[in-house]
Amino acid sequence: MKLSNIFSRRNRILLRELVITDFKLRYQGSVLGYLWSLLKPLFMFAILYVVFGHFLRVGDTVEYFSIYLLLGIVFWSFFTEATNQGLTSIVSRGDLIRKINFPKYIIVISGTLSALINLILNLLIIAVFIAVANVDIKMSALLFPLYIIELYVFALSIAFFLSAAYVKYRDISHIWEVLLQGAFYATPILYPVSLVIKEASPMVAQLLLLNPVAQIIQDARYALVTHQSTTMSSLTGNILIQLTPFAIVAVFAVYASYYFKKHSGYFSENV
Amino acid sequence: MPVLDEAAIIVKDVSKTFKIPLDKASGIKQAVIRSTKRTKGFRNFKVLEDISFEVKKGEFFGIVGRNGSGKSTLLKLLAGIYVPDRGAIHVNGSLTPFIELGVGFNPELTARENVFLNGALLGFNRHEVELMYDEIVSFAELESFMAEKLKNFSSGMQVRLAFSIAIRSHSEILIMDEVLAVGDADFQKKCFAVFRELKKEGRTIILVTHDMGNVERFCDRVLIIDKGEAASITTPAKAAALYARLNIDDSKQSAINKGQGVVRWGTGGIRIKNLKISPSDNKEIPILDFQDPFELTIELEKEHRHKHTPFTVGLAFINQDNITVAGPNTLSSVIDPSSESIKYRIDKLPLQPGDYSLTVAIYEKESEEAFDFYDRAISFHVISDKAPQGLVTLGGTWSSE
Repeated sequence: MKLSNIFSRRNRILLRELVITDFKLRYQGSVLGYLWSLLKPLFMFAILYVVFGHFLRVGDTVEYFSIYLLLGIVFWSFFTEATNQGLTSIVSRGDLIRKINFPKYIIVISGTLSALINLILNLLIIAVFIAVANVDIKMSALLFPLYIIELYVFALSIAFFLSAAYVKYRDISHIWEVLLQGAFYATPILYPVSLVIKEASPMVAQLLLLNPVAQIIQDARYALVTHQSTTMSSLTGNILIQLTPFAIVAVFAVYASYYFKKHSGYFSENV
Repeated sequence: MPVLDEAAIIVKDVSKTFKIPLDKASGIKQAVIRSTKRTKGFRNFKVLEDISFEVKKGEFFGIVGRNGSGKSTLLKLLAGIYVPDRGAIHVNGSLTPFIELGVGFNPELTARENVFLNGALLGFNRHEVELMYDEIVSFAELESFMAEKLKNFSSGMQVRLAFSIAIRSHSEILIMDEVLAVGDADFQKKCFAVFRELKKEGRTIILVTHDMGNVERFCDRVLIIDKGEAASITTPAKAAALYARLNIDDSKQSAINKGQGVVRWGTGGIRIKNLKISPSDNKEIPILDFQDPFELTIELEKEHRHKHTPFTVGLAFINQDNITVAGPNTLSSVIDPSSESIKYRIDKLPLQPGDYSLTVAIYEKESEEAFDFYDRAISFHVISDKAPQGLVTLGGTWSSE
């Protein structure tokens, strides 16, 4: 797989059509159509905001907690959507794979790309909230796109690994569902990390932030919303520990591509 | 003019084995159970073995074979969908990735949207598809249906649309699998015209089909594949005969003499011990070519008191429609009463191509009582590269004055 081939002309055309088709099919027959991509996160946010912001009051200490919360939710829902779509992408396109020869990674990428489009739409809503709430935009906001890239790379790597494994082991979808549910609570999305430090210990907070998704969410909140967001660098001065989440992403990306490439030649037989 | 010497595809010693899982479900539980039991969990199923052939540039190459012969697997290997276990496939030039029409069609999208999606699979971007859109639609004769969802199309309409898109491909090598099986006579005629056009352009085309008529009409050479092995590469005319032979092979094997319930009766004083038709290719049911020599050997087993009893032998050739087409006997021939083996020979078998059963009967010459009446004792097939017309071949000659 030469890098220049990954986005050759033919592959680009195909990728584009697959993403467009995915998007068209998702909202086909619904009156509001594409609007649902914006409405769904809005409603979800409204519910969570009422529950966690008003009844449980976990985020009293954090400024702009509503946006802080929303950003975490939006990132997490991208992560689940991208990995879940990636997971089933190869198997659900079995009809194509059995009959046409084309690079299989295109299917996985197309699945994650439609999740990425949703993420971008959601970020637009957040931009509106940021404007309304008059959040003070700091220089650190320039780092924000980098965290989105990191998140996408991580989600895509997981999608590559899961999609290939799912061809062989159909249990993977259930395992991943359970893992995601657990990970949702193990990631500081609904609660601020400061709460963990107070209730447990800074050690536990560090452990939580080794998870790349947690690191990404906290860093993105820090970059865009508030410097009250607890990041790894505010917990420890050890540069090695600070770099660990990035290393996890990098190592997993390499491993997942290798695993996917090794198995992709046999998808057509096994799917 | 196409250069006929250069190879478009070289297939060398290609083998492919599939692993058929033994468990119904595939999952981690099974994988764990298997590893503890140290069983493999699958059985090997050899689909292709040591296939080698070459397709020349600009050639119209046919591949024929019965269902399950490994044809589709071979195609998928050519198209790069499968990876060969052993051997190598070299493709010289671009090749359509399709092995079937209408792959990637989505029933929930409109026909128009499907054209763009399918075009993308062929490597065309939106703008390029836009340019040839009208031609595609008019060739498929679906002008007034393009806004409909594809799920509302009949299968014939879908194939017409798919074919119209597929032939736009700029690939140098086209693979067409059973494309002509559908579509009405008019559309087929159009397809033929396209084939001739493609052939003229010097494109290499690989046609996979069951229809020997199409093979003869278009193909330059034909690969016959049987039980995962390349049986032979031959001319279309010969391929038709060979293919007929393959078809007879297992499918109808034994159906003839077992299916109808063999009837055998008689006093048993002289019994038919063995029957043999030659030339026979060691098949359970011999296959003979029309106008070939035919020889039936009847070996007899006699009770001691009938060692020298005069007897007559009668035969009945019964065709697949249960019509006795001929009934030769020994009444007008001289038969040595003490012989243990009788031969019946025809120099040029005049029977029309088809399936035949042979009834053999041994009578006592005096009383005309049956020693052994063996109804449909043996079967054979007659094949020819021409389709049978009528019940007899007259062997006449035509002349003009």
